[in-house]
Amino acid sequence: MKNSKKVTYSIILAAIILAFLFFLEANKANYGMAYTVLTKGAILAVVAVSMNLVTGFTGLFSLGQAGFMAIGAYITAIFLIPTDTIQDVYYISGVSPAIINFKGFLDSTPGWIQALAPYIALIVGGLAAALLAALIGIPVLRLKSDYLAIATLGFSEIVRAIISSPQLDTITNGSYGLKKIQGFSSIIQTFVIAGVCITLMVLLIRSTYGRAFKAIREDETAAEAMGINLFKHKELSFVIGSFFSGVSGGMLAMFMRSIDTKTFSVSLTYDILLIVVIGGIGSVTGSVISALLVTVSKEWWLRFFDNPLYIGNFQVPFFRTGFRMVVFSIILLVVVLFYQRGIMGKNEFSWDKIGNNFTRFKGFIAKKASKGGSDHAK
Amino acid sequence: MKNNLLTIENLCVSYGGIKAVKGISLTVPEGDIVTLIGANGAGKSTILRTISGLVKPESGKITYNGEDVTGVQTTTLVEKGITLVPEGRRVFPNLTVLENLKIGAYLRKDNLEEDILRIYKLFPRLEERSWQLAGTLSGGEQQMLAVGRALMSRPKLIMMDEPSLGLAPIIVNEIMSIIKTINKEGVTILLVEQNANLALRIAHHGYVCETGNITMEGTGAELLNDETVKAAYLGKAKKK
Repeated sequence: MKNSKKVTYSIILAAIILAFLFFLEANKANYGMAYTVLTKGAILAVVAVSMNLVTGFTGLFSLGQAGFMAIGAYITAIFLIPTDTIQDVYYISGVSPAIINFKGFLDSTPGWIQALAPYIALIVGGLAAALLAALIGIPVLRLKSDYLAIATLGFSEIVRAIISSPQLDTITNGSYGLKKIQGFSSIIQTFVIAGVCITLMVLLIRSTYGRAFKAIREDETAAEAMGINLFKHKELSFVIGSFFSGVSGGMLAMFMRSIDTKTFSVSLTYDILLIVVIGGIGSVTGSVISALLVTVSKEWWLRFFDNPLYIGNFQVPFFRTGFRMVVFSIILLVVVLFYQRGIMGKNEFSWDKIGNNFTRFKGFIAKKASKGGSDHAK
Repeated sequence: MKNNLLTIENLCVSYGGIKAVKGISLTVPEGDIVTLIGANGAGKSTILRTISGLVKPESGKITYNGEDVTGVQTTTLVEKGITLVPEGRRVFPNLTVLENLKIGAYLRKDNLEEDILRIYKLFPRLEERSWQLAGTLSGGEQQMLAVGRALMSRPKLIMMDEPSLGLAPIIVNEIMSIIKTINKEGVTILLVEQNANLALRIAHHGYVCETGNITMEGTGAELLNDETVKAAYLGKAKKK
């Protein structure tokens, strides 16, 4: 397929997505569910791609995402709670003078900086997460596979414990969480931020650094023999991955408008891991598709399982609150059994492949024979 | 007298309490093929891994181009022009042939086009398969890729760890002739082999390694005709 043709297709696709988002934004009231679910999906896509960068492309099995997200979320939240409501938020233990001073300083900055506050907040949140990742990366990245997973998991829980500790009540509001956080102005803003983050990570993966990451994933010894400094590259991937985890944590805070430490428990990391595995470990497009798909089906499409269902006078058994999650788990089992390498495997979306599949499909229709579908096995 | 590109003096390496290399000295003259032969566990691979900085030596000195490089990081050594073709090929299985080659030149910031063409000229089969995943290549093709990948860093010295491992005799011959071609282009080669017969035939100089010591040295031809070597490594019985 010609490059110009691919560009045209990509522009058309982007335009369709954008038009769809504008449509959603204009009819927010009628499509509330789609609006919420897609926003959450976009946020989870960012963190899923960041986890994929670390786990899928560099081969570091890290389970610290929730911790980094918590750091990003709390910093973004403190930035974005309006000054006049801050006393209401910290009504139990009072606000630390540092935060009051900081808010005062923010309010004294010129208008354009205040308009950019959400972006600054997200970046600062990401940078804080990245800094912490750089520090803990020094000891932790010497570990391999499951040992690294356990260490990062422990780290994530430590972050959560520190945030909810009573000593930090005046800053993080302890276990009460932060409320009244300024949200996104529109779904388009969410998608643009998510899009920029994912594009930056894709550019990194496509650069020579990305190639070095993949080499480390494939074979550490061989990568080292090629002159790739293992520690430097692992640290780089870990820090950048954590930066974007922090950013997506901030986005989650803006989406939920109120956060507490329970949001960032281990189960959040597992949700993200699930998205990455279903999308395909080592595929960015897989992570994005699966983030949207998993969120949409979990929160929306499977909802009807939670309500009693009558066929005539017969009440279908099991249809009650919580059944949705049972069905979801079964679907997961089936997916993992039959698509062991995820939806996309290690492949990325490309127009060429769509074109090939289309041609094959036409051939399939003509012949009405052959197996059809592509074999994902090695 | 040729300039010695690599000199090793009294090198000792231990893994935990086990001495794998017990005071080995050898020299690699510039522009030559030097081979190190010996049975399993003789310490050949350990020597290569120590030279390339993957293992730290206990004592001894490694000099490259007149410079002490004992215990220097692998990254620095690759920059200086020493590249290792690791044992068992170790190509990156889920990356394409082209990506594998590009990783070989990871430390170079200049244009790679010319080098890639050069590698494709040397190994036409790699060009045919440049978009194939390296893990789907045959063993011989993977070995060619491993050699090509090492050449991408424009090394002065290539160290090869058993390039004939697990390959059919006809492919081994092909690999050996490629090694000779690379050497004629001016690259010095340190070849570690169990296939003593082939290695000694192409080598200018050979060392025989036994349980961490060097027991014999000489030109390739000398060692090929040596009775002890013949009996131990070439599978020919001693004449009585």
